[in-house]
Amino acid sequence: MKKIILLIVGVVFGIIMYKSEAASWFRIYEMFRFESFHMYGIMGTALFFGIIFTQAIKKFKIKSIDGEPIRIANKEKSFYRYIIGGTIFGLGWALVGACPGPIFVMIGAGFIPMLIVFAGAMLGTYLYGVLKDKLPH
Amino acid sequence: MDFLFNPWPWYVSGFLIACTLLVLLLLGKRFGMSSNLRTLCTICGAGKKTSFFNFNWKEESWNLVVVLGAIIGGFVGAHYLSDGSIPDISEATKASLEQLHISQENGYLPLELFDIQSLSDFKVICILLVGGLLIGFGTRYAGGCTSGHAISGLSNLQLPSLIAVIGFFIGGLIMVHIIYPFIF
Repeated sequence: MKKIILLIVGVVFGIIMYKSEAASWFRIYEMFRFESFHMYGIMGTALFFGIIFTQAIKKFKIKSIDGEPIRIANKEKSFYRYIIGGTIFGLGWALVGACPGPIFVMIGAGFIPMLIVFAGAMLGTYLYGVLKDKLPH
Repeated sequence: MDFLFNPWPWYVSGFLIACTLLVLLLLGKRFGMSSNLRTLCTICGAGKKTSFFNFNWKEESWNLVVVLGAIIGGFVGAHYLSDGSIPDISEATKASLEQLHISQENGYLPLELFDIQSLSDFKVICILLVGGLLIGFGTRYAGGCTSGHAISGLSNLQLPSLIAVIGFFIGGLIMVHIIYPFIF
């Protein structure tokens, strides 16, 4: 049952990514040129409500549908991994105009070349796993 | 039905993304897409050689169900809820496309990069592969992508996520403003 709900959440998320145009290279390119409010509006609105939802869950100790307390893990404190890793991701995001969610959404939309981006992302993830202990974190 | 078929305004999209986060939290899960890449590496057997991938992937399989849904959502969006035309980007952005040799008469994604015929161009394959590499490496290094840091992390008021998002923009601005002229 829960799997079906998760599947539906995924389907709706995929449609949102497509219809918001956040999965389009053109919108990402435009965002990094600061030539439209569109992407900033999406992220701003998502954050506005995201903060309300997340903080409400924490403040009122809302439980999940299983009756378990909802635990939202804090990110580990560090600087280098976030700024370096973030910059590397930003380079790739701007180059192909897709972040990990939209990579999958665009594969579903039928853009076959996105499979190469996916293969690259798998390879990149694997490379990180191999090099992890040698990188500053 | 026009409101479904037309591109959705930013405030509708943003609100719905926050709802995605809310529903996943209420299901006792997280909102994060890039960790699926790690799970998929583990399923491919990466855990045998590298400890980073040596974990019980079944605990993360719920997220693969979300991803499967996202793929279906992309299919539905492209085939039933739109005509696949180029987003209504600003005139200034459109005008700048010429320098990149990307046409203004285009699809949802630029056909110069994402049409199946573009794969006959070795340069395009390199761009896509390198882009993917940077995304996979960078998101795991930073511990999250747009969904995990920019939405989930910032909603939880996490300073690390703010640092990561600043990194996203440093990288994106360097790519578009400094590196693009050398590539396109």
